[in-house]
Amino acid sequence: MAHIKANIKKELLQEWRNKSAINGVLLYTTSTIFVAYLAFSIRGSGISPIVWNTLFWIIILFSAINAIGKSFLQEGSDRTIYYYTVSSPQAIIISKMIYGVLVMLLVAFLGLGIYSVLLGNPVQDQFTFFLNLFIGSVGLATALTMISGIASKAGNNSMLMAILSFPVIIPMLLMIIKTSKNAMDGIAMSESLDEILVILALNAIIITLALLLFPYLWRN
Amino acid sequence: MAWTRKKWWKVLTAVLLLYTVVGGFLLPVPRLPILNETIRALHFHVPMWFGMIILFGISVFHAIQFLSSGKLEQDSFSTNYAKIGTLLGILGMLTGMVWAKFTWGEMWSGDPKQNASAIGLLIYFAYFVLRGAIDDENQKAKISSVYNVFAFATLIPLLFILPRLTDSLHPGNGGNPGFNAYDLDNDLRKVFYLAIIGWTLLGVWFATLKIRIDHINEKIEDKEMAHA
Repeated sequence: MAHIKANIKKELLQEWRNKSAINGVLLYTTSTIFVAYLAFSIRGSGISPIVWNTLFWIIILFSAINAIGKSFLQEGSDRTIYYYTVSSPQAIIISKMIYGVLVMLLVAFLGLGIYSVLLGNPVQDQFTFFLNLFIGSVGLATALTMISGIASKAGNNSMLMAILSFPVIIPMLLMIIKTSKNAMDGIAMSESLDEILVILALNAIIITLALLLFPYLWRN
Repeated sequence: MAWTRKKWWKVLTAVLLLYTVVGGFLLPVPRLPILNETIRALHFHVPMWFGMIILFGISVFHAIQFLSSGKLEQDSFSTNYAKIGTLLGILGMLTGMVWAKFTWGEMWSGDPKQNASAIGLLIYFAYFVLRGAIDDENQKAKISSVYNVFAFATLIPLLFILPRLTDSLHPGNGGNPGFNAYDLDNDLRKVFYLAIIGWTLLGVWFATLKIRIDHINEKIEDKEMAHA
């Protein structure tokens, strides 16, 4: 536990001292949303709810890949070796995941705010939508952290990150988009309960696997 | 792996597949509307998916074995089973598309199971790209084994849970009658079960051959290194 706390603190401090990473990601999300807004160039009126929903999640997906893809990037190899001598692999992956979740929540909710301002917000059931956004961000962040760990061992090119993560992410993303659409249409939450449970189950699978598999990954 | 050299199961494979092909085309089948004679595709399309899942399962088993033992031999098993599994997956998709053309009217109708299987294949293509991106043999084996296990665990919910949550044209999903509606017919069952065993064994046979080729190549390389 102490290791995890120390690791998270380290991640946050590192982020705070050079804000380039988080600022970069936020700017990435914002400018993508702005480009989308300019491309549709119609405020709220002409964009159908399905397009609104899909566009939002695609923007979130790409922001997530960019944000979380960095989580193992900034560590130089000698520093990595140092971390590994002072803490256990489980502590490292868990703290990376928690850090990733925090970043992802910031990006997702800020992104939603800007997106709503520019492209309108047709969501009817706000609570379910937020809940879904929360669970979805957690899921994307944990899965992508693990994939980022794998990609970082394989030369860390961004193409590999996308190739490896898309197939793994898609099932979760489909569930998220469906729940999100249900929330937009104001359909009762009990209708989306199946999907939410599947997302949670997928999250549980991913976290368990990451805990089991990560120790094999970092030991060279 | 001495058993792979044994002859009996190869003979069994040949006999089963001969029976599948001859019996699958000639034995009587139930007359069902729309499906008509295309129901015979059951003996070729569905076993491909069964074979694929079984081979991917074996591949993951060896990936776990590799991670716990660190023997490169296990990695060779793992990757070759994954290769043949992917081959069966592609064949399953192609046979499915032909069947779909005649029954659903379109090669690709966006059916959740079709999409899910396409994503499933993408996972394994990504696995091969990942292997290609790493030079060091040990690193390659370790990292790709980790991805193999990780990807397989996410493939399972994809193939088995997702289609059941949405409407699907496939039997047994989204309110369509399950396979039992056809399987109740003993004519089909007589060929179908044996076809699954036959095609799967053929996949295993392919994989063992590829493993042996890899093994021989390695030995040749070692020899050349020793001479140089």
